[in-house]
This record gives sequence, structure tokens and C-alpha cells, in this order.
Amino acid sequence: MAKIEIKNLDVHYGDAHCLKGIDIEIQENKVTALIGPSGCGKTTFLRTLNRMNDISGADVKGEVILDGANIYDGLTDVISLRKRVGMVFQQPNPFPMSIFDNVAYGPKIHGIKDKTELSSIVEDSIKQAALWDDVGDRLNESALKLSGGQQQRLCIARTLAVNPEVVLFDEPCSALDPISTSKIEALIRELKKDYTIIIVTHNMQQAARISDFTAFFLMGVLIEFGETSKIFEKPECEKTEEYITGRFG
Amino acid sequence: MISAITTEKIVKCLLSVTALISVAILFIIVIHIFINGVGVLDLQFLSDSPRRFEEGGIFPQIVGTLLLVAVCMAFAAPIGVASATYLVEYAPDGLVTKSIRFFVDCIAGIPSIVIGLFGLAFLVYYLGLGTSLISGGLALSFMILPWTIRVSEEAIKTVPCSYREASYALGASKWQTIRNVVLKNATPGIITGILLGTGKAMGETAVVLLTAGSGLESFLPESVLDPVGSLPVYLYIMATQGHTSAAYNRAYGAALVLILIFLGISVLAVFLRDHYRR
Amino acid sequence: MINTEKIIEMVLFLCAASSTLIVFFIVAFMFREGIFALAMGKDFIFGMEWNPSQDQFGIFPIIVSTFIVGLGSLLISASIGIPCAIYLAEFSPEWLRNIIKPSIEMLVGIPSIVLGFFGIMILVPLIRDLFGGTGESIFTGWIILSIMTLPHVIAISEDSIRTVPKTFKESSLAIGATHWQTIRKVILPYAHSGILASLVLGMGNAVGETMAVLMVIGNPNIPWIPQSVFEPVRVLTSTIVIEMGYAVWGSMHQHALFGIGVVLFLVVALLNGITMTFVRRRLEI
Repeated sequence: MAKIEIKNLDVHYGDAHCLKGIDIEIQENKVTALIGPSGCGKTTFLRTLNRMNDISGADVKGEVILDGANIYDGLTDVISLRKRVGMVFQQPNPFPMSIFDNVAYGPKIHGIKDKTELSSIVEDSIKQAALWDDVGDRLNESALKLSGGQQQRLCIARTLAVNPEVVLFDEPCSALDPISTSKIEALIRELKKDYTIIIVTHNMQQAARISDFTAFFLMGVLIEFGETSKIFEKPECEKTEEYITGRFG
Repeated sequence: MISAITTEKIVKCLLSVTALISVAILFIIVIHIFINGVGVLDLQFLSDSPRRFEEGGIFPQIVGTLLLVAVCMAFAAPIGVASATYLVEYAPDGLVTKSIRFFVDCIAGIPSIVIGLFGLAFLVYYLGLGTSLISGGLALSFMILPWTIRVSEEAIKTVPCSYREASYALGASKWQTIRNVVLKNATPGIITGILLGTGKAMGETAVVLLTAGSGLESFLPESVLDPVGSLPVYLYIMATQGHTSAAYNRAYGAALVLILIFLGISVLAVFLRDHYRR
Repeated sequence: MINTEKIIEMVLFLCAASSTLIVFFIVAFMFREGIFALAMGKDFIFGMEWNPSQDQFGIFPIIVSTFIVGLGSLLISASIGIPCAIYLAEFSPEWLRNIIKPSIEMLVGIPSIVLGFFGIMILVPLIRDLFGGTGESIFTGWIILSIMTLPHVIAISEDSIRTVPKTFKESSLAIGATHWQTIRKVILPYAHSGILASLVLGMGNAVGETMAVLMVIGNPNIPWIPQSVFEPVRVLTSTIVIEMGYAVWGSMHQHALFGIGVVLFLVVALLNGITMTFVRRRLEI
């Protein structure tokens, strides 16, 4: 069974019909990339997976089934959902606190108070995010002093600290320089061993580099979905081919 | 016919004169009070109590003013912050929210003497609290509530949305997010705003005159139900009912103390704001 | 967990709603106390004799004086304030503006009682020397009140002028108009509703101002409609303060004073309401 099954997903924002009848399956411990031109609905789709769309008042119909349970069935606790499905945003957004406090924020919120436990969670998460060498000796410094790439890895560490099963990435490298970008791409390739990863990206080369599966969205519709190698070498739909070869974007 | 360019020069000159006048007024007033008041301020004046109308000091008045403001903020600050939190973080767009905002603006527009009258009718007589510290403090808190709400709202609004989003994405509840991220980051702005509000409340005379005490109290209140003296009312009485130079001197002294406290608060507020910015 | 969330939201809502409650209470109690006087209707509002000891409670002279004092002070603060606002928005260099604006704003911070005191000690003798009489008069009230409303008129007018879109100004200058011509023909007309709003607001402040005006206006025992600006008068606010001290609670006198409070409340509310409509219209442009 797939990690997440999406069935007939329809999302409206007011009068705008942002996603139309999406059917897709996300495989466990794989990287799935969502590509498509601006405004095609890929970020809206991403935010449906951890119900962040609830906050902006979206109207969601259809099913999003995580490990066999529909997260929109009215019984799901949004808070525990977001523990299982974490999110890293486009602009790095560390809290104006120390590095330690940033990463410890999630576990603390969920009730972990023991200092030793928190310390080990923080260290573990920062190491997983390949940031320990940079900041291991200055955890009490303000997170805002870090560079853009470091801040983004800190945000990843912060997300990992609550021990999610799925991590959603919303164009995580678009605000970063090429070196930080390649560091994060390497990180994502490592992370998929333990987590299911879904990443929205504008950068097709990035999608080709790091993802196992790719989904192509256009104007709220899922045009094509399949293994990355196939999508990029032998796409089935004409529109997919046009987008990949840069005829529009 | 004067050329357009000459007209322009004349106009610019006239306009700058008005700016000069506006600034000069402030300095004239402050300097005048300072010159006439500074001679009166000695340790005795500041630590003694009023005696026989025109003698003695203003210690109970200074303490009284501080107590009144403390009681005022004890009510207006928490309710202000809570109201602002609701209006920014929870309130749905709609009639109820619009009405609440409307009524907050209403209070802000009510003349202070009317608030004083209300305090008199409701607090002093209807609730039977009498002319007292609690009556004065509560009446002041009604008056200053729109201010505390407004400054809290502004501080809360400056917290970036991205912080809230990050917190929700980690599985925090709404209240957890507000408490740990929003309010925590808004606190410096809120404190600065409340501090400035304290300054405003301190100089308020009409409200206190009708609800807190005669102004010439020579004792400190022992409970919140006791009448309490205050600097503005003391100043008022000395200036209007004492016709001797002794009375006027004391009035200058009280005026200067008021201005100094107010200046001190403003400086502290600016200092705090810059400190937190770092 | 969910229950805590709901409880917190309810508590916060109640705090926010308390403002509504306060307004209702204020209105309720003001009418409760003042209704006896207001019930006298025309005799109260248009009565010419205010003589509590003789049970006469006509406040018309007081109302008239209030408006004379308010309007006069407004004229003065407009004459100085609007040009000053124009100077600050259009002519003054940035560094100068950064000195002048805070200074004017600090003027707002001076408690009105201190301003009134300044009025008694300096203005009153000055006017007495220059124009005769006791020095406590409408004219003195004009000066003190204009000092109080000046910062508000300047701040709001300057703000209005600054919100005029640059393109208007630039197209005018591009045709060859001078700066002053541009101000007169393009900028001021565009900003006029904001400027007017500041004046109406200033009027509201002046009418509602108590302590400063109280100390310099004269407050004769028997108020009458003034014949010259150098006569002492009573205004709505000063009457309340002066007589509340010795009005017996529960007496008609006390109710009449509350009645004055209601009239004051309504007048200021009306003026504030007009300001709000101006502001809304400005935002719609």
C-alpha cells in the first residue's frame, strides 16, 4: 500500500477552483517531486497533505489517505497529523530564538520536558540535517545569525525533531545560493532512507537529480505522474514534454 | 506683478515661520515651568505632606499618582492585551468583530470629563466604592483601555506570519502558537506601549478629580478604598484656589515633577524600544 | 486539549467584548443621571438662565460660548497648523523634519493641566495687560485650546498631503508649474478631505477639553452670551467641573450637570462621527 493515497481531490479557494480531481499515490521512503508552472496548484496540493490549507480557509473535497486513514474524515486530530507530516517552507523561517530552542520547540510543544531527552533530540536532529559541524558548539546563539542555507537546514532539523514520517518541502532552495542548494539536495537524498519526501520545485533539473517519482501539474490538473526517469526521458503527454523541454513555463 | 518664483520664496518663508512657532511653543512652556519649578524642588518638598493648604510637600501626591496609575494598568493592561490578541488572532471578519472595533473607537472618543462623570455615578455612588484609589484607578483604566488595545494590536501585528506558519506546521495548537511565538515576540512592543500609556494616564486630571480624592490629602491610602491624592489635582487646586506666591510656587513644583516623570517615562520607553530592536 | 483552546478563545472574546460593555454602561449611567434635566427639553437646552440656587437650568449661553471658543481656537490652529503641515510635507529637508515632528508630537504629551497652569501664569496676565479685563476670557481660551489642537491638525494634515500620489505632483511640475502653484492647485485639493477631517477632529477635542480651558476661561457665576471676545465665559466642560464639587448628590443641580455631560457627549460624538466619514471618503479615493 502506498504511504499516501490521494483520491479525487478537489480544492476551492472561494470561487477559484485550484485543484481538480487529483488522483495520485505517494510511495514510502521515496522522493516525489511536484513540478509545473507558477499557479498550477502544486503548493496548494502540498499543503493539503498536512492540512495547512485549513488555516487559509480552503474548501477541500475528496480523500487524502495516510496509512489507510483519511485525514479529512472529521475524526483526525490536526495536531498529531502535523507531527507525522512535517513541512519545510520556501523562505527559511527560524524563530527569533537560539538554535537549540528552535529545534527543541516542536518536542516541547508536544510535551517533552526532560532536559536530557530534549538535548539528545536536538543533537540528533541537527546531525540528521547535516548542520552539526556548523553549529554544534554554539547552540545557544541566535538562529538569525546563521546564513540562509544554514537557516534552512535548521528549519529541516526543527521539522525532524518531532519525528515525522513524511516531510513536505515547498521549494526549499529557491531562496538559496547554488552551494547551499546542493547541500540540501544531498541531504534530501539521505533523508529518504528514513522519511517519505514530497518536494515542490520550480527547478526541473533539481527534480531530475533527486526524485524517484515526478508529478506534473498544470492549471490545477495532474497531467502526468510516474517514475522520474520515464517522465523526463519518455513522457506520455504532449504537455509534459512541452514543459520539460522548456516550451512554456 | 510678483513673479511666481518670488511668490514661492515668500510662501516658503511664511510656512517655515509657522513650523518655527509650533516648535517654539513646546520649548517656551517646558522651559518656563522648569525655571520656575526647579527652585521649589528640594528634598523636603518631595518627601513632606501638604500642610495647611499652602505649606508642606507633595509626597502623598507623588505616591498617589503612581498608585493610581498602577491600579489603572493592573486592569487596562491585561484586558488590553487579551482584547488585542482576540481581535488579531481569532476574530472572524464579520459584524461582531466590526462592532467591537467600533466600540473601542467609541471609548477613545469620549471626553475625559464624561468618563469622570461615569466613574462618579457608577463607581463612587452606584457601586458604593466612594472617592477612592480603586474608583480613580478603574475610571482611568476605562479611559486608557483603547490605548492599551491599540498598542498591543500593533505589536502583535508586527510578528511575521511565517513564524505562525512554522509553529502550526510543527503541530502546535493555536494557543500554543500565540503564547510561545506571537505574544512572546510582541512583548517588547506591548511593554513600550503600556509604558507610554502610563504617562498619559498620569497627567489625567478630570477623571481623577471626580473619583479619587480632593488632591490635598496629607496621608497615604491604607487600602484601595481610601481616597488618594494626586499630582494633577494638587496642581489644579494650588493654581486656581491658592492666590499667594507660596501656592503658585508649589504648583510649579508639582508641574515640574509631573513633566519630569513624564519625560522619564518617554526616555525609558525609547530606550526599551531600541534595546529590544537589538 | 481542544477544550482548553475553546475556553481560551472565549476568555479572550469576553475581554474584547468588555469595551462594548463599557460603552453601554457609560451611556446608561449618563442618561440615568442626566435624564431629569434632559426631560426639561427646550427649557434646558435653550433656557437662557443658569442659576442653580434659583432652580434655573438653562444652558444655552454655555452652549453658545462652547462653540465660540471651539471654533475660534480651530481657526487659529488651522491658520498655523495647515501651513506648517504644508511646510513639513513639501518643503522641509528630511533632517529638519525629523527634529520638528517629534517636538510637535511631544506637545501632545504635556498634560492639559500643565498647559492650563501655564495659561494662568503667563497668558492671563499678558492678555490682561494688553487688552484689559481680568485676562480670563474667550480669547485666552482660544490661544490655549489652539495650542492643544495644533499637533493633531499638523499630524493629520501632513499625513494627508503626503498620501497625494507622486504622479499628480510630477505631472504638474512637468508642465512648468512652480512648487507652490502645484501645492495650491493639485495637492491641497486632493488632500482636502483629510485636512478637513483633522479640523473637525480638532473641534471635537476643543469642545471636550476640560482642564486647560477651565483655568483660563473665566467661569463667571452667571453665564451669559458674550458680547466681546475678552469677556469671561463658561463652557460645557468647565461648568461640570466647577459645580460638581458642591452639587448635592441626587439634587436637580447634580442631574443638570449630568445633563450637560450628555449634551457634551453627543456633540463630541457627532463631530467624531463626521471625522470618521471624512476619513472613510479619503480612503476610498
